[in-house]
Amino acid sequence: MSNNSAGQNSGGQGAGGQGAGGMMGWIDERFPLTKLLEEHVTKYYAPKNFNFWYYFGALSLLVLIIQIVTGIFLTMNYKPDGELAFTSVEYIMRDVNFGWLIRYMHSTGASMFFVVVYLHMFRALMYGSYKKPRELLWIFGMLIYVCLMAEAFMGYLLPWGQMSYWGAQVIISLFGAIPFGIGDAVTLWLKGDYIVSDATLNRFFALHVIAVPLVLIMLVAAHIMALHEVGSNNPDGVDIKKNKNAAGIPKDGIPFHPYYTVKDFMGAIVFLIVFFTIVFFMPEMGGYFLEHANFIPADPLKTPEHIAPVWYFTPFYAILRAVPDKLGGVMAMGAAIVVLFFLPWIDRNNVRSIRYRSLAYKVLLFSFVIAFIVLGYYGMQAPTPVGTLVSRIAALVYFGFFVGLFFVSKNEKTKPVPERVTS
Amino acid sequence: MTFQLSTWLKGSALILSLTVSSVASAAGGNVELESPRIDQSNEKSLQRGAKVFANYCMGCHSADYHRYGRLARDLGLTDEDVSENLIFTTDKDGAPTKIGSLMEITMTEDYARASFGVVPPNLALTARSRGVDWIYSYLKGFYLDPERGGVGVNNTVYPGAAMPHVLWDLQGWRKAIYEEVDGAKVITGFEQVTEGSLTPAEYDKTIADLTNFMAYLADPIKTTRHRIGTWVLAFLFVLLAISYFLKKEYWRDVT
Repeated sequence: MSNNSAGQNSGGQGAGGQGAGGMMGWIDERFPLTKLLEEHVTKYYAPKNFNFWYYFGALSLLVLIIQIVTGIFLTMNYKPDGELAFTSVEYIMRDVNFGWLIRYMHSTGASMFFVVVYLHMFRALMYGSYKKPRELLWIFGMLIYVCLMAEAFMGYLLPWGQMSYWGAQVIISLFGAIPFGIGDAVTLWLKGDYIVSDATLNRFFALHVIAVPLVLIMLVAAHIMALHEVGSNNPDGVDIKKNKNAAGIPKDGIPFHPYYTVKDFMGAIVFLIVFFTIVFFMPEMGGYFLEHANFIPADPLKTPEHIAPVWYFTPFYAILRAVPDKLGGVMAMGAAIVVLFFLPWIDRNNVRSIRYRSLAYKVLLFSFVIAFIVLGYYGMQAPTPVGTLVSRIAALVYFGFFVGLFFVSKNEKTKPVPERVTS
Repeated sequence: MTFQLSTWLKGSALILSLTVSSVASAAGGNVELESPRIDQSNEKSLQRGAKVFANYCMGCHSADYHRYGRLARDLGLTDEDVSENLIFTTDKDGAPTKIGSLMEITMTEDYARASFGVVPPNLALTARSRGVDWIYSYLKGFYLDPERGGVGVNNTVYPGAAMPHVLWDLQGWRKAIYEEVDGAKVITGFEQVTEGSLTPAEYDKTIADLTNFMAYLADPIKTTRHRIGTWVLAFLFVLLAISYFLKKEYWRDVT
């Protein structure tokens, strides 16, 4: 039995026209299934020293799948219509069988997507996963992040609640800051109307359910292909391909399957425990995942007292508000995202992992994370003089990280990097 | 500053042993909200709340995201119970509203605007947008205010509310006692003017039931959700244990 199946597997490749037997052989003559599986799963050698931070890539993929599947079912009952949208969401919540579960999974998934992606990005910062030869991998990742923000922003309009409506109004109006009359034209083009209206809802729906997800999936494929081309980084930042055995297999590498499939499966269960605790017991997450004002239907004539974007946008929103000038604020907010794309070239040090880098670098990264969290907090609050001051300082620290990194990394005193990974 | 002031005021008002419910500055609605003791799994409380809701609220306020039939099932009532006791409306042909219908009202928006100046909001989701504490405190916050023409009452939680005190026959009328604090007129307590059909304690209990019902109305699946969620998590924890040992077994040869 086991002999047979082993024979089938090895026979898959290079069997030529000689019919290597079994279903696999038949397929392999027509489609490179075994080759693909080996390249990406069974013979993809990942470093054996992955730690906690290495779960979040696989988890991002899991959340993407949850979002797509629940999204499909939501689309079956949702009505993208200014008159019907809000009611159709309540219809899903009350009259559709398990509609509440599907909807809460989708709304929780949106926030959890950002949780895992932010942790995944932080991992890349910590272990220098953006550095040569992984620059494109990082850029694909950043493009995914930008797409994700667009996807989340447009999806948030669809329930057509007060915060959906006014949040969209505020964010779209930001484009109005572009000078020379271009801004007004752009906002008009985005909204398809002079205010956020049914026309806006319809186009956001189209973009949210088809255009952006399509781009997102293609980018994820590119991200994974780039990863498997260069190989995974690891907490030591050691290049495991430099030390191979006689068979050409990295000595510190283990096949992704079964080692990391079983490990990631365990990670996925832990994630799902957190995820379903939120879904079943606190779907509003105290107003952070589902804002209270969004339980009121959109009313173009009544502005809510306090408009704040959902938590995952608030660090950038705080940077926007920290700058007194509107155009300046919009540019600062854009720059805060764009600058991340250039990280592989801003960091001029060859040592990847934080484990072997200088204290100056550690201080910089730590302050960057603190600044990001502080900005996120103040972005949620109504503006106060203290909040604005703190946001300004935090915004300076945020940009200061990149400036500081550029200079610190030039002649950084690093510790010697080991030849092999440490366990 | 505001917080300390209202805390102090609340303390002094309690000493005066007046019927204190909540304390507001006359200028704004920033009062401390009271939390009702409610339990969404208490069917009897929900049934009492539904009765008050249908009798007092649904004259003006719709709840037309929810269906009567669903309400019957969730509250442990029969369709007949609900049809006979909670449905007071008719359809276009004059026949009694059917059990499968949404909880609509017959008052038109134009009529509402002409009578109150605003359309009374749909109450199906108020417990999620305003919160249960707000609803409970709002319903406890009415007092006679001669400065307000028309409805003749004001509210500590929502000053200038367009809604009359529809529960007056239960609570009775009461007027505010004002005090000058830092040059501002502040309500420090209330004085009962006429008795209601309920004692203050009974009234509190009645609106707690009503608040409980509105919490149900906003999130009808909550108790079911918790029940299913417990099983889902139990399953996941078992799966976690299995996946942990599976991982350990596979990783034994990794050194």
